[in-house]
Amino acid sequence: MSATRPLHLAAEIGGPPRYDARSHIALARLAEGGALDFVTLNDSFARPGPDALAVLAHVAPATTRIGLVPTVTTTHTEPFHVSSAVATLDWVSKGRAGWQADVSTTEAEARLFGRRPAAPASTLWQEAGEAADAGARLWDSWEDGAEIRDVATGRFIDRDKLHYVDFEGSTFSVRGPAIVPRPPQGRPVTVIDATSGPAREAAARHADVAYVRATSPEQAAALRDELRRSAAAHGRDPDSLRVLAALTVDLGDAETTPEPGLGSGPQLAGRGTYFRGGPVDLAEVITQWHRGGAVDGFHLTPITPERDLERIVNGTVALLQHRSLFRTFHPGGTLREHLGLGRPANRYTLTSTSGATS
Amino acid sequence: MKQMHLAAHFPGVNSTTVWADPRSRSQIDFTSFEHLARTAERGKFDFFFLAEGLRLREHNGRIHDLDVVGRPESLTVLNALAAVTERLGLAATVNATFNEPYELARRLATLDHLSEGRAAWNVVTSSDAFTGENFRRGGYLDRADRYTRAAEFVSTARELWDSWTPDGTSRPFAHSGQHFEISGEFTVPRSPQGHPVVIQAGDSDEGREFAASTADVIFTRHGTLEAGRTFYADVKARLKKYGRQPGDLKIMPGVTVVLGGTDEEAQQNAAGIRRQQVSPQNAILALEQVWGRDLSSYDPDGPLPSVDPDPGSSLVQGRVRVADPLAVAARWRELSEAKGLSIRQTVIESTARQSFIGAPETVAAELEKFVAEDAADGFILVPHLTPGGLDDFVDRVVPLLQERGSFRSEYTGSTLRSHLGLTEPVWKG
Repeated sequence: MSATRPLHLAAEIGGPPRYDARSHIALARLAEGGALDFVTLNDSFARPGPDALAVLAHVAPATTRIGLVPTVTTTHTEPFHVSSAVATLDWVSKGRAGWQADVSTTEAEARLFGRRPAAPASTLWQEAGEAADAGARLWDSWEDGAEIRDVATGRFIDRDKLHYVDFEGSTFSVRGPAIVPRPPQGRPVTVIDATSGPAREAAARHADVAYVRATSPEQAAALRDELRRSAAAHGRDPDSLRVLAALTVDLGDAETTPEPGLGSGPQLAGRGTYFRGGPVDLAEVITQWHRGGAVDGFHLTPITPERDLERIVNGTVALLQHRSLFRTFHPGGTLREHLGLGRPANRYTLTSTSGATS
Repeated sequence: MKQMHLAAHFPGVNSTTVWADPRSRSQIDFTSFEHLARTAERGKFDFFFLAEGLRLREHNGRIHDLDVVGRPESLTVLNALAAVTERLGLAATVNATFNEPYELARRLATLDHLSEGRAAWNVVTSSDAFTGENFRRGGYLDRADRYTRAAEFVSTARELWDSWTPDGTSRPFAHSGQHFEISGEFTVPRSPQGHPVVIQAGDSDEGREFAASTADVIFTRHGTLEAGRTFYADVKARLKKYGRQPGDLKIMPGVTVVLGGTDEEAQQNAAGIRRQQVSPQNAILALEQVWGRDLSSYDPDGPLPSVDPDPGSSLVQGRVRVADPLAVAARWRELSEAKGLSIRQTVIESTARQSFIGAPETVAAELEKFVAEDAADGFILVPHLTPGGLDDFVDRVVPLLQERGSFRSEYTGSTLRSHLGLTEPVWKG
């Protein structure tokens, strides 16, 4: 398959915990200057660091184009609150929000809440999928144009365009409708790291963007095909799913010692795929994988964000742009536009339209 | 002269926001929040205040459609506002019934870090199974339990905020109580204010006691001088038993202001706003809230219903209930007969009125009087227009207060605690 698909690039801006706003804003602006699709900020309840969604909400007014994707966990949180917060991130960023759904598997995290014991990943990923599903329904629960401000009848909204979602999950239920009107993107972008088996199933069903980890383009292509087939089996258009290779990158080495050696470096957290070398070497890897059509793009986690993100943007990305493999600016305004994903039709509008014509 | 505190409430979901006014703009676009917050900061206000919504209101089993509805999640908006303001305090209303201490303490500490010490939490509670239908915990907490949970929630959050030493060392925490049994390590270091400012809203005896024991600010609804003085004396007197000083709890009623070039013009403006707020449809709705019956067939320009209210009605959901509908109906009938008022006119006469009406000089003097006579320590202004409803006040009243020396001309500190004259909480590691 030839590389006719646009290349998508995203970068993590976390790293060691920082609680001030300036460093996060600086990194997001750097990524924005490189026309990256989005930045991510990893999060969990179990390790030092500020609330990621809050940080990216703070970054929103200080940036204009870059997508903003915090990790939001689904195990000890309320799906209704999560959907409201992510929708609000979309409002404050004018359509640049996403969220990476994740689970909390440890007993230590469970003790922070004291509501339920730790559970197996498969159970938690099923629940995460339900949280994503409930969230999407809540985002749809206001049809576009529900706010009518009709002075003649005194009605601010058309109540027929607001919908109860009546979601019944295995561990929660939500009545709805949302408090937050349908956000600018219709639905903010849902990201799931599809590395583990149970997460892969949730990604195939619910994600707009899925990460895979592979040590060769062939392996990445196989994972992408699997996700697309699975998405299709769930009744989705496989082209509505973007599959990015997740790569941890260390660009601290000099350009003269190229070590593309994927898989040969140390494994991070037992599941990272690690790249060590120079920015030009990284551009080579990306070019090679993308030319082969293995993936739709890359999610890069720099091991030292201040140093490596600068090298990614001014070295790797600049070279990819020079080769016309990557855009030089954001042609659209929303994250969905960067990703080439359409604004989802509202399921309730479809229902009421088909009801009206039948 | 006793200094007053000022805060701005973003007029979100309520029946007093005049959305039909041509000057009214979006209640959800970030530009609206930014406009009001920047206006408040230009006026050197202490803080900006956001309410929250957890379930859309219903009327007669259907979603209520007459008022402004649809609002963002408050902490997320405030984190964004922290990037476009520098000194203004940022207060989020967050329910203590449908949240958990660990997560909320972390979100509040994050806001305090990102805003460099400007975060506040307005603690509210719910006993409402209607709202609970959107949450895992679902069910019902009775009135007493919701306050014991809220009190334990606040003290648990403070344990978490104190689990980092001021010099930046994290220590494990363990809390075991009636409502929460949690332990581990808090992931956010002590924030610039130590503890974000705690605001409490509520007028019941339990609410007052809760505020006296633990809050930094109490948000009230007492609009008249006498009611304000009585409330002020009562709440301040409760502080002593908790070892607190009168200055440790600021009393800030939510008030509305209507200005005009003259007092007479202001009165005319106020009457016009009342007519806008009580549309014919809203007049019938207000009547149904008291009567607990479907009165949609009544003419708003006609007389009040002769039928009596239904005290056991479940017509209204997600709104404050009328405590004694029979007594309210009797009062409204008396007023209507005495003055020959229609339904709409009766509702306009009977329901919430503007607190301060007059030329800027008149309003400035009245505000100062409330503060000087211990009816309030300051005010939370609730404009009726989004987002420009505060512009006139900041341009025309604030300069007078500053000239007269009752309100700051510049921020002297950078944290919300410093604006409010509150001391740094003592670390209790």
